[in-house]
Amino acid sequence: MTPTWVQLAYLLAAVCFIVALKALSSPRTARRGNLIGAAGALIACVVVFWERDDLEHVTPILIAIAIGAVVGAVGARRVKMTQMPQLVALFNGVGGGAAALVALLELDTLVPVADSVEEFTLAATAFTIIVGSVSFSGSMVTFAKLQELMTGRPVIFNGLPLAFGATLLVTLGLSVVIVLDAALWIGVAICLLGLVLGILLVLPVGGADVPIVISLLNAFTGLSVAAGGYILENTLLLVGGTLVGASGTFLTKLMASAMGRSLPNILFGALKGGSTLGGGEVSDRPVKSMTPDDVAILLGYAERAIIVPGYGLAVAQAQHSLRELVDMLGERGVRVDYAIHPVAGRMPGHMNVLLAEAQVPYDQLIEMDSINGDFKNADVVLVVGANDVVNPAARTTPGAPIYGMPILNADDAKQIVFMKRSMRPGFAGIENELLFDPKTSLLFGDAKDSMGKLLNAVKAL
Amino acid sequence: MTESVVWLTIFVLSVFVGVEVISKVSSTLHTPLMSGANAIHGVILIGAILVAGTADSTGALVVGLTAVVLATLNMVGGFVVTDRMLEMFSVRKKPAARAEGEESA
Repeated sequence: MTPTWVQLAYLLAAVCFIVALKALSSPRTARRGNLIGAAGALIACVVVFWERDDLEHVTPILIAIAIGAVVGAVGARRVKMTQMPQLVALFNGVGGGAAALVALLELDTLVPVADSVEEFTLAATAFTIIVGSVSFSGSMVTFAKLQELMTGRPVIFNGLPLAFGATLLVTLGLSVVIVLDAALWIGVAICLLGLVLGILLVLPVGGADVPIVISLLNAFTGLSVAAGGYILENTLLLVGGTLVGASGTFLTKLMASAMGRSLPNILFGALKGGSTLGGGEVSDRPVKSMTPDDVAILLGYAERAIIVPGYGLAVAQAQHSLRELVDMLGERGVRVDYAIHPVAGRMPGHMNVLLAEAQVPYDQLIEMDSINGDFKNADVVLVVGANDVVNPAARTTPGAPIYGMPILNADDAKQIVFMKRSMRPGFAGIENELLFDPKTSLLFGDAKDSMGKLLNAVKAL
Repeated sequence: MTESVVWLTIFVLSVFVGVEVISKVSSTLHTPLMSGANAIHGVILIGAILVAGTADSTGALVVGLTAVVLATLNMVGGFVVTDRMLEMFSVRKKPAARAEGEESA
């Protein structure tokens, strides 16, 4: 029996987690919230060594913790801010993997005494193994997609729905067998099948939807941790896992609706023939291009300019030069703001983080709903490394992959300048009509390079 | 009340708390919130320590220690990367708070 004071310490840790999530949803308290969560986790990790006095192998365990902590902390400190989404996916995946391994080991100890174990406990064990491994392999595929180790476009092959359905059925069948007649090999089998399921689940998900899937898999890991808590009779795992499972599911819904998408559409849309499947083809229709000097004149003599930053800006590491440009325009008396689409970057809120890193004042970042009415007053809109978030197809073309996604009304402005590397379409893989609008000009080139030239040209005005 | 019902009660109440605490999050904070929640499920480390500490064969110990490493990665990495994201918000908090008044005007 767990001592009462240990139970109370777990309760304290659980309260820390709740307070942490609450604080994380407001900008003023977010950082403190994260620290409170970490404090809760630390309390739990220290206390667990007292939970049972029969714990062995303490030294190797401490070494393992040290290895994980050093690798995790160094990785998290070193990673470039643009690569953050895939790092979150990676951390989520290993968490799911850990939950699956824990459940497998617990199954190993339950098997000899299976007759006296409640069916529900065995079912929870099977659940933890399956969902944990789905989360692990699914997260690894999202990691590979975001890291561009594989194509970001939906991967579909003939019979994929059939393969997914069949694997799911076999997995569920074997789970029933575990409950009726537990054996370790079945546990290993559903673990492997879970890995296959995770891969098949995420392969058909296309580029722009990947962050939402990360959030969904995050919720999955939470649920498997919760079920793990039930098996191990540990209240903290149950509460912590459930909190993440519930809030993660809700957050996934919020993210999906911010993009005007539904979850079934994201997961299975591509299978039905092309929801996230743009052609990705390069058009040879004529566009108007401009030199940096022309753009400098446009910007330098504007009264009101709006910048629409996108992921391409961050990839080119041009956000510092962009801030310099905006500062310089500000000195010339041009009113400049940044229009931030909720999913600019690779994840909701990602762009705010990337620009904050470049010391852009927080008050210049205007959210979509507040700035959309203002585009018609703008003399120039400068779109840097963004594409899908200003694509009018989201309003006008019902068949388009992004149809229904709220977009920035850049097309209301008097002039639009796109800084682009090439005519390649954006993450959603569809052509942007706005590029061919008579009001639109293009400044071709690497964003950092062009931004440098533009800076010099504005200086020379 | 049987023990299973107690567990079920905790589960159901936690679901409601989980949804309720984040229901008013602004879209700016979606990413840090996801990342913070991600770190919290790293608490599976407790489970990993428990199973590794009661492993009775070398094979089980190896699997258990692997779980410990993975869970620690999840927990420590998760909290550190979340802190790094939020660090950027807090630096500019004071000027931003002042400017908010002008914004709405």
